[in-house]
Amino acid sequence: MFVIRHFEENLVSLHDKGVFGGHYHLYVGQEGTGVPAISCLRSDDYLFTTHRNHGHLLARGAEPKKLFAEILGRADGLNKGKGGSFHSVAPSLGFLHSSGVVAGIIPLSTGTAYASKAQKNGRITVCLFGDGSLEEGAAPEAFNLASLLKLPVLFLCENNGKYGAGRAAAAAQSSSMAAYPLTDLPKAYKIPAQQIDGMDAGLVHATISEAVTKIRAGEGPQFIEAQTVRYPGSETNWPTVPQPTDTSLAWDVSSVPEKAREWYRSCDPLLIYIRELAENEQASRDEIAGIERQVKGEIAAAVEFAVNSPYPKPEEAEKDFFA
Amino acid sequence: MRELAYYEAKFEALEEIMAADERVHLINGTFLSLSPYRHVYQNLKNKYGDRMISPPISELGFCGLATGAAMAGLRPVVDLSTGSFIYEAWPQVANEAANAFSMSGGQTRVPVVFHLFHGLRGGGAAQHSGSPQAMLWNCPGLEIAIPSSPRDVKGLLKTAVASDNPTIFVDHTRLLDMRGEIPDNDKPIPFGVADVKRKGSDVTLIATSYTVQVSLQAAAKLAKENIDVEVVDPRTLVPFDLATILTSIEKTHRVVIADETHQSCGVAAEIAARIAESGFDKLKTRIRRVSTLDVPVPYSPPLEAHIGPSESRIIDAVRAAVA
Repeated sequence: MFVIRHFEENLVSLHDKGVFGGHYHLYVGQEGTGVPAISCLRSDDYLFTTHRNHGHLLARGAEPKKLFAEILGRADGLNKGKGGSFHSVAPSLGFLHSSGVVAGIIPLSTGTAYASKAQKNGRITVCLFGDGSLEEGAAPEAFNLASLLKLPVLFLCENNGKYGAGRAAAAAQSSSMAAYPLTDLPKAYKIPAQQIDGMDAGLVHATISEAVTKIRAGEGPQFIEAQTVRYPGSETNWPTVPQPTDTSLAWDVSSVPEKAREWYRSCDPLLIYIRELAENEQASRDEIAGIERQVKGEIAAAVEFAVNSPYPKPEEAEKDFFA
Repeated sequence: MRELAYYEAKFEALEEIMAADERVHLINGTFLSLSPYRHVYQNLKNKYGDRMISPPISELGFCGLATGAAMAGLRPVVDLSTGSFIYEAWPQVANEAANAFSMSGGQTRVPVVFHLFHGLRGGGAAQHSGSPQAMLWNCPGLEIAIPSSPRDVKGLLKTAVASDNPTIFVDHTRLLDMRGEIPDNDKPIPFGVADVKRKGSDVTLIATSYTVQVSLQAAAKLAKENIDVEVVDPRTLVPFDLATILTSIEKTHRVVIADETHQSCGVAAEIAARIAESGFDKLKTRIRRVSTLDVPVPYSPPLEAHIGPSESRIIDAVRAAVA
């Protein structure tokens, strides 16, 4: 969680300094879902993600320096600079394709699941997408296929619009869906579906573990909507960092600008998790702060690597579009 | 040497492909549209039913499923049946499958085949007569094969399935009945190798798909007027064999292009542009196109016949080229 948080806070700063252009999206605020969910998987399982992929890749073990380099369009990037923020992949970690079209990956995830079933290799596929993805027709078509063919796939919908800063609870989903709650849509296709608090890492881990076990046992697809509260830095058209994260914020948010304070006080999954660890005496405040310092150092080195990585040669643009 | 009907050659290929490689799965359709020969599909199903699925009417969903399955190591062959139906799957074909290898920096291979029947089929009207290959030629990352004879459909289908790239296999229902020779020990036909279907010295007539057969009939009639037509069939649009065409033009100095895509930005337009750029100095007269007129395909038989690259329009164009 620290890796994702400090990676993306540094990313915003690199963008603001003009080190890279182009639009990008942050995963901050959803670490409480992605990190525990991905920890439930086997190393050979498949994952698909969207434009909001940084957190997923990092949670699975992608090297921060190579992800930075990719987003900066450098030759050492995960995809040699061909994909950028929207399309970063890591096939060795099971990420074959990341789509910037919100529902683009949902049919694709039925495909890897179909292949795994045919190959009888026990692999499952986890498809990670946002609530807005359900608005595209690809989503229900894929749900229908997954249900009919009983495919080993987990549809994990990360709803980051449960209630944003200053919004009334459950009143302002960011997606425009007549099917509401969102679980009504997969349920119409007879896919077991549930809603959980996506800021509660322990609950996410327990729920996903159970779902993964059922999927691996051949019970067919599952749908889970993990609800988080949108990071105030993602409320704007271009990402911002309202307050750089520090372990101390877990107990004192007085330094946070008032507009964003409530999010840091009660909705930040990282700070929630830190408080849990300390309160349950699984780690002391000092130990947690020590881990954070170490991560900050690693991220600083990764930034250094990426900034110094060369751009690809222009002729590279004409390569790698056919196998 | 054996003589086979086109549909028999095509199914011989499918059967040999299914027998040789268990990664091949057939998704949707019968690969024979509504032709009376559909029973041969059932023979295939009796043998390989566990690798064939009949999904719901979800072109977007099942083209995505096939693309994802290809990413995971299968070699799915999808039958979209009517060519116009690929428009329903456009996001998965043009925006996911075509881009995946490039976006991943050359890591994710997508060996999927999208098979379709294009063109004027007799009463298809505007929504069942599409020839989407020109639009697809504008999507880098897709290979496009377009057979015109029993030998070619067999040889090209084998190469399409063996290819590591997403491939559009553009077929035509009006070819299914035709008979032709299959050489003994026939082999896969490599992509990017045009075939001179008829040798001639006066005019190079470049044609694709069913229009190759129409062009051969036109050439036979023109021979009676002492006009010696060379008919060149590119066989694949991507990759495209310009060299064979330029060699022919070096001899004839005249060129007519006959093709069923609509005229604007059509297949004939692109071939004409390439010849103009690379072989202009070899030409004694302007390039002539015989394409489908730029109107939605009308239903009524005389209207449909009027807009297509008919034998009489081809004959007129060749006569004009030698006048």
